Amino acid sequence: MTAPVAATSAEAPVPVRRAWFASASVWPIALTLLVFAGAALYCQLAGKTYLLAPLARIMIFAIGAVALNLILGYGGLVSFGHALYVGIGVYSVGILDHYGVVNGWLHVGAAIGVSAVIGLLVGMLSLRLSGVYFIMITLAFAQMAFYLFTGLTVYGGDDGMPLSVRSHFLDAIPLKNPYVFHFVCLSVLGITLILMQRIVNSRFGMVIQGARINERRMHALGYPVFQYRLVAYVISGVVCAIAGVLMVNLNQFASSQYLHWVISGDLTVMIIMGGLNSVVGPVLGATAFIVLQEVLSAYTDRWQVVLGPLLVLLVIFAREGLVGLFVKLGALFGRRRGA
Amino acid sequence: MDLQLFLNQLLNGIQLGVLLFLVSAGLTLLLGLMNFVNLSHGTMYMFAAYVAAQTHIYTGSFIIAVVVAVVITFVAGLIIDVLCLHTMYDRGHLDQVLVTFGLTLFFNEGVRIVWGPGALQLPAPQPLSGAVDLGFGLVYPAYRLFIIVVGVLVAIALFLIITRTRAGMIIRAAASNRTMTSAMGTNVPLLSTLVFAAGSALAGFSGVIAAPLLSVQSGMGDTVLILALVVIVIGGIGSIRGALLASMLVGLFDTLGRAYFPDVFGLFFGPTVANAAGPALASMLIYIFMAAILVVRPQGLLPVRERKA
Repeated sequence: MTAPVAATSAEAPVPVRRAWFASASVWPIALTLLVFAGAALYCQLAGKTYLLAPLARIMIFAIGAVALNLILGYGGLVSFGHALYVGIGVYSVGILDHYGVVNGWLHVGAAIGVSAVIGLLVGMLSLRLSGVYFIMITLAFAQMAFYLFTGLTVYGGDDGMPLSVRSHFLDAIPLKNPYVFHFVCLSVLGITLILMQRIVNSRFGMVIQGARINERRMHALGYPVFQYRLVAYVISGVVCAIAGVLMVNLNQFASSQYLHWVISGDLTVMIIMGGLNSVVGPVLGATAFIVLQEVLSAYTDRWQVVLGPLLVLLVIFAREGLVGLFVKLGALFGRRRGA
Repeated sequence: MDLQLFLNQLLNGIQLGVLLFLVSAGLTLLLGLMNFVNLSHGTMYMFAAYVAAQTHIYTGSFIIAVVVAVVITFVAGLIIDVLCLHTMYDRGHLDQVLVTFGLTLFFNEGVRIVWGPGALQLPAPQPLSGAVDLGFGLVYPAYRLFIIVVGVLVAIALFLIITRTRAGMIIRAAASNRTMTSAMGTNVPLLSTLVFAAGSALAGFSGVIAAPLLSVQSGMGDTVLILALVVIVIGGIGSIRGALLASMLVGLFDTLGRAYFPDVFGLFFGPTVANAAGPALASMLIYIFMAAILVVRPQGLLPVRERKA
């Protein structure tokens, strides 16, 4: 079938809608995916296989940050507890593996199912509140899970537990091979980006954004804002859980550290570094964040002491993130978009 | 049920509640006054404990350690507010969260650089190191009793300041209508800086008096911050009475839950399951409690009566 037809009223001029894969906004996504594919090629040609691990971390965090951005950037709901969903993904694999279940499809199925149910419950409670309350309650729920798993000594507790073997999907895609793993992450990232692009430009996405800009008006127009937000919240949680599944497969280790609030903070920082108002922004942010982390940790173990003040400066002076920087640079060279 | 054990746990709960109140008082005032989310509040609790432990190493005096730590956290609060946070009051919550998150990372890592990764100890003062017989065969550590007494005194003082003095009146006025208070001639930005510093000092004070019960280490503020957030959500933002009630409830719920929940749990699911999951589930109790409160009263137990223009 062709592109979906936009809902239009009789008076408004009918906007020209192209198929999603032909629209201009798809180029940043294609470019992003090409860069990561090219990076793997470079690693192969230059024999720098050790670079694949940080690259995979970038992609996994990017998936989480892109997912969080659906409610944070587009929805205007500051969830500071998305580590909860990363953790659900991590422990879906970890706990099943503990009982000898290594089937990757089951792992992913468990992660999606559990995160959707938990997301629904937490979302129904949290979204009753707004502003500061929403931030604090999402944080509190994530910490609850953190303390739960830190206390559960059966599953490693504080020390965490190693995975006996990586998730098994098909014999044709052994996750043990770092190149295979790279392209699995890349595919998930690609699907996530396209999905998000489609969501934010759909009628659903417009309602979410409208509720951010003027909630009262959306109510007045008759939209059940709560339900829309709840669905967006659940989607973003489920995608974060999938990122968690990849994360535990990368490190072959499940620990409650993935539920720690610093992970929620890191995801949020990546979004801000990249820029709130675009789908690929968080990917840029995740790249910048992990690269910065790798470079700084080469000099010192105490890289957070640099990151903290950097973050403060970033928020005070550079609110638009890297995407904003690129847009400004673009404007500087006289390149106009649209027209 | 063992009565002595129960009374003991009851006192422990009150003692935790008192500490929580001291931490959450500053946080809730700032939230109510400036609508400002301060995730770095817990770092003051930690920072003060470190400063006190260091001062104690130099001087050997607990009282000097307390005074030095409180003064330094007050000054640190002033500096942080003027340097980083003052431009943040008019920004959105996301910016506030990120800036204070950055500060938390900085302080958590900073104390590890200055004092090393190991934990420090701050011993309780000598006269309070023993135990007191409270009758009924109940013997309770003197230092914990001291925390309850001091905490209650500070809480009463704070309560009187907020409800009975001119300064407290201005703070309450600004919390309920900032613009109008400003129009009446109060320097609200200065007021918020002072409230921030005072809140930091209060958090610092509770960090110091809690330190002898814990080990002084990086990240100790995060735990208490989360509990303080729970307290504020339950009590109602900006409400000092709400914070008092909620911190007592959370303190008692957490302590008694940890003490008795595994046993109760064991009655239903058998001892093996209870041993494995009981303690972990007990630590979730206060969050379940919070969720329940939110369903029934989303605005908190004792919310501030707000008057909008």
